[in-house]
Amino acid sequence: MQLSRQTLFTLALLLIGLVLPHFVYPVFLMKGLCFALFASAFDLLLGHVGLLSFGHAMFFGFAGYVTAHAAREWALSPELSILLGVLTATLLGLVTGWLAIRRQGIYFAMVTLALAQMMYFVAVEAPFTHGEDGIQGVPRGLLFGLIPLNDPLAIYYTVLAIFVLGLALIHRVVQSPFGQVLKAIRDNEPRAISLGYRVDQYKLLAFVLSAGISGLAGSVKALVFQLASLTDVHWHASGEVVLMTLLGGGGTLFGPTLGAFVVVIIQNSLAEAGSWVTIIQGAIFVLCVLAFRRGIVGTLSPWFAKIGIKV
Amino acid sequence: MAEDSIIETRDLTKEFSGFTAVSGVNLRIRRNTIHALIGPNGAGKTTCFNLITGFLRPTRGQVLYDGRDITALPPAEVARLGMVRSFQISAVFGKLSVLDNVIVALQRKHGLSFQFWRPSSVLNVFIAQAQSLIDDVGLSDYAGIPAGELSYGRKRALEIATTLALDPPMILLDEPMAGMGAEDTSKITDLIRTVAKNRTILMVEHNLSVVADLSDTITVLEGGQVLAEGPYDQVSTNPAVIDAYMGGAHG
Ligand SMILES: Nc1ncnc2c1ncn2[C@@H]1O[C@H](COP(=O)(O)OP(=O)(O)O)[C@@H](O)[C@H]1O
Ligand SMILES: [Mg+2]
Repeated sequence: MQLSRQTLFTLALLLIGLVLPHFVYPVFLMKGLCFALFASAFDLLLGHVGLLSFGHAMFFGFAGYVTAHAAREWALSPELSILLGVLTATLLGLVTGWLAIRRQGIYFAMVTLALAQMMYFVAVEAPFTHGEDGIQGVPRGLLFGLIPLNDPLAIYYTVLAIFVLGLALIHRVVQSPFGQVLKAIRDNEPRAISLGYRVDQYKLLAFVLSAGISGLAGSVKALVFQLASLTDVHWHASGEVVLMTLLGGGGTLFGPTLGAFVVVIIQNSLAEAGSWVTIIQGAIFVLCVLAFRRGIVGTLSPWFAKIGIKV
Repeated sequence: MAEDSIIETRDLTKEFSGFTAVSGVNLRIRRNTIHALIGPNGAGKTTCFNLITGFLRPTRGQVLYDGRDITALPPAEVARLGMVRSFQISAVFGKLSVLDNVIVALQRKHGLSFQFWRPSSVLNVFIAQAQSLIDDVGLSDYAGIPAGELSYGRKRALEIATTLALDPPMILLDEPMAGMGAEDTSKITDLIRTVAKNRTILMVEHNLSVVADLSDTITVLEGGQVLAEGPYDQVSTNPAVIDAYMGGAHG
């Protein structure tokens, strides 16, 4: 059987994902994977519909709170806790999307930011989130009553599987009849309207899917770190996901993932630098945007396309 | 007479913060005819298109389509009634291939456009039809190219193919031949004549020989108002028209 280069490339990446925890600290890798899934979900809107949300932390962070609460206070299984987190993010996405999609450009970003700030204050004030402390000591539990997630490799492979499925779902959405309409809207919205597309409905569905998958990433992160805190609902997190996506390359398959890992690596290696991290991160961002206008993967993609690989 | 018209506007008026771009326009477009809207730049032709297709709300007046009041209808709903417009600035989906541009139009009526869980290969059933539409406008050799990379004239041709994919009874074309060479112009002229057999076409066009050649009726707009209306011979000999338009900038 002849495998296509695309398949070989994907398998190679998967292989790296499988062996990496034997060489690198798994928690660090899982953090990268969670943010990679988050950034990929965010890019479903930015790269494929052309909508810049500046409030995506609310889906990521709130899903984390709900999952943490369900696992700790209600002693629910990890799969149910994650499911509840995803549902919360999806519903939140429905409401936010419904309010925001009528706005264009910067107004869309502002509405999402305003609603995310509101949810941040809810997180600060609501008793169940435990304010500054967050929800700590979240039990990871037994996945499907079988797999003990306290085992570092077991949870790592679970997170990897969720990441792969999430990315596959996003890829499918992009490469579906629905995805074709999204790209049409991104390229020329008035034309899509003049062909009879009710574009708001398409944008809303894309927003809800993006919010739901962002929630999946946040829920998983809460189990990995056994913690849900204000950091993940703060607007910093909303900004970070924009950074990761643009750095790696919006509208590409692997760009947000690469961007997420680059940012997480920078943050890790500069952990001692304190408040300098933000400044260094900002400087790197500016340099990258100047050097690679289309992000790292976006810039490399023509080269990969020549050898028959879509990145 | 009235039931013979597919579009009717009554006292159609649009003001932009005090400036009246379209003023009391009463149009009557007869079914299965080619109707040209001409006039100098800034006359209000594109604004009329926007008002008729729901992309702008009139300050005053009404738009009727098939006798139905569509003045307040959102543009996507107007399109769904069978009135599809093009834009003055060529409107293609730049990153999609030429073939995919047409398929996006074809898939709309088939109720699978919300199916995000199915692979886009389910759209392959439309390839043959899309290819034949592309052939009709002379773009056979460009099917796989991103639409954004086409020349201006070919983008206009693709727009027409995409519009025809919806098989609409009413087509509005805003300067379809602008920026085209003589060869492309005559190709598109022939194409418009062919597709107009069982359709109504309202077009804005500056090329007067094309207008003379194609249109059954011509409306001359100036300063947002109708200056003259009728068949080409009648309009072109109207002293007011000669004075204001034909003898002027576009002579
Ligand atoms: N959105 C708008 N806001 C303000 N003025 C506009 C707008 N659209 C068009 N106009 C003005 O209305 C007039 C008619 O424009 P338009 O309909 O585009 O003319 P035409 O298509 O005949 O060249 C012009 O003076 C133009 O500047
Ligand atoms: Mg115009």
